[in-house]
Amino acid sequence: MRSKVTLARLVRNPQARYGLLALVLLLALAYLGPFFGPYDWTEKDFMAFLSPPSADHWWGTTQIGQDVYAITLRGMQKSIVIGFLVALVSTGLAALVGAAAGYFGGWADKALMWGADLLLVLPSFLIIAIISPRLKGGSWLWFVLLLALFSWMITSRVVRSMTLSLREREFVLAARYMGIPAWKIILRHIVPNLSSLLIIDATINVSGAIIGEAALSFFGFGIQPPDVSLGTLIAAGSDKVTGYPWLFLFPAGLLVLLVLSVNLIGDGLRDALDPGSNK
Amino acid sequence: MMGAYLLKRLVSNVLLVAIAASMAYFLAATSLNPRAKYEGRPTKVAESVIDATLDDYNLNDKTPVFERYVTWASGVVTGDLGKTWDGKSINDEMGRRIGVSLRLLLVGTLVGCVVGVTVGAYAAVKQYRLSDRVIGVSAFVIMAVPVFVLATMLTLVAVGINDTLGFTLLEYTGEYNPALSGWDQFTNRLNHLILPTISLALGQIAFYSRIQRNMMLDVLGQDFVRTARAKGLSRRAALFKHALRTSLVPAATYFAFAFGTLLTGATFTEKIFGWHGMGAWLVDSIHTHDTNAVAAVSLFAAVCVLVAGFLSDLIVAALDPRVRVS
Repeated sequence: MRSKVTLARLVRNPQARYGLLALVLLLALAYLGPFFGPYDWTEKDFMAFLSPPSADHWWGTTQIGQDVYAITLRGMQKSIVIGFLVALVSTGLAALVGAAAGYFGGWADKALMWGADLLLVLPSFLIIAIISPRLKGGSWLWFVLLLALFSWMITSRVVRSMTLSLREREFVLAARYMGIPAWKIILRHIVPNLSSLLIIDATINVSGAIIGEAALSFFGFGIQPPDVSLGTLIAAGSDKVTGYPWLFLFPAGLLVLLVLSVNLIGDGLRDALDPGSNK
Repeated sequence: MMGAYLLKRLVSNVLLVAIAASMAYFLAATSLNPRAKYEGRPTKVAESVIDATLDDYNLNDKTPVFERYVTWASGVVTGDLGKTWDGKSINDEMGRRIGVSLRLLLVGTLVGCVVGVTVGAYAAVKQYRLSDRVIGVSAFVIMAVPVFVLATMLTLVAVGINDTLGFTLLEYTGEYNPALSGWDQFTNRLNHLILPTISLALGQIAFYSRIQRNMMLDVLGQDFVRTARAKGLSRRAALFKHALRTSLVPAATYFAFAFGTLLTGATFTEKIFGWHGMGAWLVDSIHTHDTNAVAAVSLFAAVCVLVAGFLSDLIVAALDPRVRVS
């Protein structure tokens, strides 16, 4: 079985092993950690403003008395959710658009690829920065959609060119002559055959989205208060970094560890799924 | 042939810049609200006065957006980028800020490319030795650290060093100390450049070193390098004249892409180190609802990306004889 071989290769790959281990630990910290902390992320301790890490407040407190441990883990949860959702949506979009463009060809291909080119040219940072804080309701799900909307184009071009060759293969032709509708062929026969490319792409997209979220939130264009994410926490902490470094170091350190572990898994996956590539 | 090809690319790129800048203008003009800056003032201003002022600056949201766009675009074509929300000339402000940003971008690009390519080539020659592994792991870690984290860490380190030494060895805010003059002023400016350059260049170095190492490894095993050695060239000459030059071609094609990330990175470094450049202006102008300033910075960014893509083509043409001949 191919999937078994891949899995064995993945486990044997030290990069992927350490990356997976680190990611599991970070996920555990984000989702189980809050249960062990002495404070809730909404609580404010009016006896301790900007106090350094101590036995009571493990990672210190903010200027309004929030517990940095609790609020950082809360922000990390949001960053993780955003990372995975954006990766899912953008890789899904890339697969569907690329496969449809390659499979149908003709004007559909031209229109879809023109759209992809247009999105590549547009200044995505500016567009998300202007639109995202102004969306009615300010739901962070809109922000996820915007981030995903600007990150699928290059992969969809790769998917398209691979679909062009898959389209002529016997099993696709057989399915077509049996009268199976086009959308079913795309979903059942073309996309699964691109799975290794898509899995690698999705992994890379996770770390890209986590950094993208933090970058936009750093300027106040991403997650809006009262929601917190690693980006908003880093932004708040970097203002006071010289006097109160714990406000910055904990969220920034977790962000780097998160991105690093996902990148390690991505690299390991590439080695395991795509032995021909030289990284 | 080459000239015709470059001309064609130039035309299509100018078109793309025009589209990108126009999109940015429409987006900014429809979603930003400069009127609020006037209505929110403590002393109430009559609506007709606000309208007249906004009309004067071409910012009135009561004018149809397309009409405002035509006014803006005809100004841009003749070299007038319009007025800021409080009536200052965008051209003047931009002239000041472009110098600041270009200094940062130029030094960052140069240091990033040169050091990155050198480090990558070195790692390839020392493949699987300790130095190669150290370079590889460091590049991997650096690429996981976003610019804003790196820049803030550097200020933290600088403050720590300055505090232990008892005097300011490393400057970490602003572009220069206006109290100094002459030679002191110059060295002070250089000192202010150190930290922003490091924070911009480190990511670039990591990126280029990874690409350059892979490309160099591809080339090192090929016949023409062996031939060069066989005909009596020294190892050094074979590496520099044949292997390095050939392996630079693919790295040069990534130049435009890397410059794009550098441009975004410069926004963060400018904000964090207190430089008043174009990137800081973009962020500030979105916060202050300054439509024309947003459009001007977008135009600048689009032109920068165009120039980088163009340069990338030129470098490839200069390095790769096949491109020049065909």
